[in-house]
Amino acid sequence: MVTASQQKEDFNVPPEVDNQWCPGCGNFPILQTLKKSLQDLDLRSQEITLVSGIGQAAKLPQYLKTNYFNGLHGRALPVATGIKAANPEQTVIVTSGDGDVYGEGGNHLIHTIRRNPNITVIVHDNMIYGLTKGQAAPTTQEGMVTPTQPEGVIDEPINPVALAISLDAPFVARANAGDPKETQEILKEAINHSGFSLVDIFQPCVVFNKVNTYQWFKEHTYYIGDEYDYDVSNRAEAFAKAVEEDKFPLGVIYAHDRRKTFEDAIGMYAVDKRPLYKREMNCSVRSALLASQK
Amino acid sequence: MSQHIKDDFSIVIAGQAGQGIQSVSHILTHVLKLEGYHVFATKEYMSRVRGGMNSTTIRVSSKKRDAYQSKVDLFVPLDPNAYEHSKKRFTDETMFLGFKKEDFCSDCIMEVDFINIAQAIGNRVFANAVAAGAILGLMGVAIEQPKEYLRQFFVKKGEDIIKKNQEALEKGHKMGEHFAFSHDVTCSFETDEDVKDDLFISGIDAVGFGALAGGVDFCSSYPMSPSTGLLTFLAQHGRECGVVVEQATDEIGAINMTLGASYAGARGIVTTAGGGFALMCEALSLSAMTETPITIHIAQRPGPATGLPTKTAQEDLDLVLHAGHGEFMRAIYAPGTPVEAYEITAHALDTADKYQIPTFVLIDQYFVDALYTIDKEEFKILPHKKHIVESDREYKRYALTDDGLSPRSVPGYGEGLVCVDSDEHDEYGRITEDVDGFRMQMMEKRLFKRKELLEKDALDPEIVGKKSANTLVVCWGSNRNVVDEAVENIDDKEVSVVHFVQVFPMNKKTKKMIKDTKKVVVVENNATGQFANLLQKECDRKIDKRILKWNGELYSVEELTEKIKDVL
Ligand SMILES: Cc1ncc(C[n+]2csc(CCOP(=O)(O)OP(=O)(O)O)c2C)c(N)n1
Ligand code: SF4
Ligand SMILES: [Mg+2]
Repeated sequence: MVTASQQKEDFNVPPEVDNQWCPGCGNFPILQTLKKSLQDLDLRSQEITLVSGIGQAAKLPQYLKTNYFNGLHGRALPVATGIKAANPEQTVIVTSGDGDVYGEGGNHLIHTIRRNPNITVIVHDNMIYGLTKGQAAPTTQEGMVTPTQPEGVIDEPINPVALAISLDAPFVARANAGDPKETQEILKEAINHSGFSLVDIFQPCVVFNKVNTYQWFKEHTYYIGDEYDYDVSNRAEAFAKAVEEDKFPLGVIYAHDRRKTFEDAIGMYAVDKRPLYKREMNCSVRSALLASQK
Repeated sequence: MSQHIKDDFSIVIAGQAGQGIQSVSHILTHVLKLEGYHVFATKEYMSRVRGGMNSTTIRVSSKKRDAYQSKVDLFVPLDPNAYEHSKKRFTDETMFLGFKKEDFCSDCIMEVDFINIAQAIGNRVFANAVAAGAILGLMGVAIEQPKEYLRQFFVKKGEDIIKKNQEALEKGHKMGEHFAFSHDVTCSFETDEDVKDDLFISGIDAVGFGALAGGVDFCSSYPMSPSTGLLTFLAQHGRECGVVVEQATDEIGAINMTLGASYAGARGIVTTAGGGFALMCEALSLSAMTETPITIHIAQRPGPATGLPTKTAQEDLDLVLHAGHGEFMRAIYAPGTPVEAYEITAHALDTADKYQIPTFVLIDQYFVDALYTIDKEEFKILPHKKHIVESDREYKRYALTDDGLSPRSVPGYGEGLVCVDSDEHDEYGRITEDVDGFRMQMMEKRLFKRKELLEKDALDPEIVGKKSANTLVVCWGSNRNVVDEAVENIDDKEVSVVHFVQVFPMNKKTKKMIKDTKKVVVVENNATGQFANLLQKECDRKIDKRILKWNGELYSVEELTEKIKDVL
């Protein structure tokens, strides 16, 4: 007999939950791929907390049966850091948009990579603001005409992969929502990797981005693969790969285990592994501290 | 000319930043406390690390007197320009110790060139010990105990430094004694044996111990004067006490990280000043919407914008009352003494958890930096209850209940899932736009039912004097002691003090008391009477008189006594 805890989770939400994504949107394959990755990793719903900001991508936690914290636009990363620091037993995954993580939350991205909590950050990179109806995102290509950039985008797009490598993030990958099998493997590796993992997933927005379509992403990407001797832990090599932009490299671009995680560094779990909520308040230590004062 | 050092003696040490005011005051206050004097100290400083003109006032008395007095009994300038800075505080009886300045009564000047003496010993840093020694000698404090204190104070610096400091102390002490003898300075006040074992702590450390007593185990904050002391305190003691402490890279990150931790079951606090809190407002609203507990500690300073970073104010009450978009409940506390700060901070943390709301502890620069002697028995650390439950398969984070509180679980604790959302949501935590159903039910729960619970649980104000007096002098936060003393000076049975330790919400009884009083006077440190306005609205009456000050400085007992007399 198979007990409840041995059964694989399906992570399905009840059918009455109304999905707000447009038919054909690249968010669907990301959702399916993430589900399969979590199944492959034999995780239970209760062990996972999804964290998101605001946007179309940020609605993903609504459609996956796990714990979730759907917070403010741009602020998913500090929330995820706090959750992981208070309970390292949880698998903490951020799923949010390019505007959310790279725009409104750009400052948090920089400093969360520096802090290095063991979390996975999945960015649905559709190179556009979907929820607010088609304005430029930090990843929008130069020249794209949008309702708020009628003359075309003039700002240089951000290169999140290069940014993360420059900050020595332990795991940096790029995937394409149109390639579910490859993406699933990348996600599994990212979740398993200790420390901050960034997975930027190219995601077609079929309504507001008519340029960067499934077809476009196919044509403008290639997998690093095994065709040559690429040292994924070499930062300089990874950086050189990251700045290739005529065709974007896909796959794990940078991975290493040279950095301590935030949860380890704060020293709170070295002896006692229990999450904070399971601990009794240590009155005697606190009283002793008070008694030692003069 | 003979001089008398009376009970309730005010010593002011003034000079440039970096000239040693802190060290002299530190030695002096600790030694006097160990001698059995009640000591209260408050500092006034500029927002710079070197130069400027700063001062510390040390009030020494045989009974507890924890308020700022303007009068100076003994003035100790560490810089020739200090006279000008403090001149308005001098009286006919002020004694001077240090650099000579001809304009001031030369007869009562004890000229001691601290620096010259220190340099003779080997280094000008010993000037601090010379100054402390001279003051103690003048006050007739025996040399042994101060010498021993210096040994302990410099123990890590090695025998040579200890010896030289002791030598400097003795040199100063002899001069002080000699001056007292030759000028017929006598000293008469009683000491209190019990004070020797008291705590001697700052207002901000009282908040820190209160946070520990309240079971805090997470704090992420961003430095900003005058609030940083709490972050420092928790960082210093975090590891041993089991508190995760992280300096964030901005206030938005700080509060969101703390909310994440709180959602996962930690008891979280953030500390900031008005400007930093302004950045946290969106997340305050998130705390309310997701019903994630948090305590926000705000040490106020004058604004707008960067304002006066090292001065004091009570200007952020309006901000805190109204901060955050949308409509929701919060509880706001304003302790005025270290004991209150201790109890209230613990209470604020517990209230946040119990009612799943944001709570505030509002203090100010003056209170942060003031130093008090406190009976240790007043501070007790007791286990707190965790207001979280184990979830089952059917668990719904926002289950609708009669009292409006949904049992709170955390991820991983039980078989259920904990889903929280900043969008309007259903009982499970999923986004909904059901405007007639869930929207109304969730607003009822977050706003109206919570209001009822919080009002019922609101702390009564502290009343000094009879409740039915004709005039109530109302204060909140750090004005408590100075108002108490001013009203005590006025000595009128028909004038009582009402101190609000909780400013919002108020219970019915309190509102009625204010409404039914003949005359209500409100004292606060802002230009518009923010608390007076709140009282008018909450208690449905006009506030008769407002005593306001907003130049960045605190009230002195003398000043406030006159101002209250004027409006009676
Ligand atoms: C503080 C704040 N500013 C602006 C918004 C409006 N807003 C919501 S989502 C969004 C952009 C979303 O873009 P992205 O993160 O790329 O998500 P997508 O919809 O493309 O998946 C904006 C500007 C908001 N909710 N909060
Ligand atoms: S707007 Fe674009 S990103 Fe959003 S759901 Fe529709 S297709 Fe997807
Ligand atoms: Mg987007």
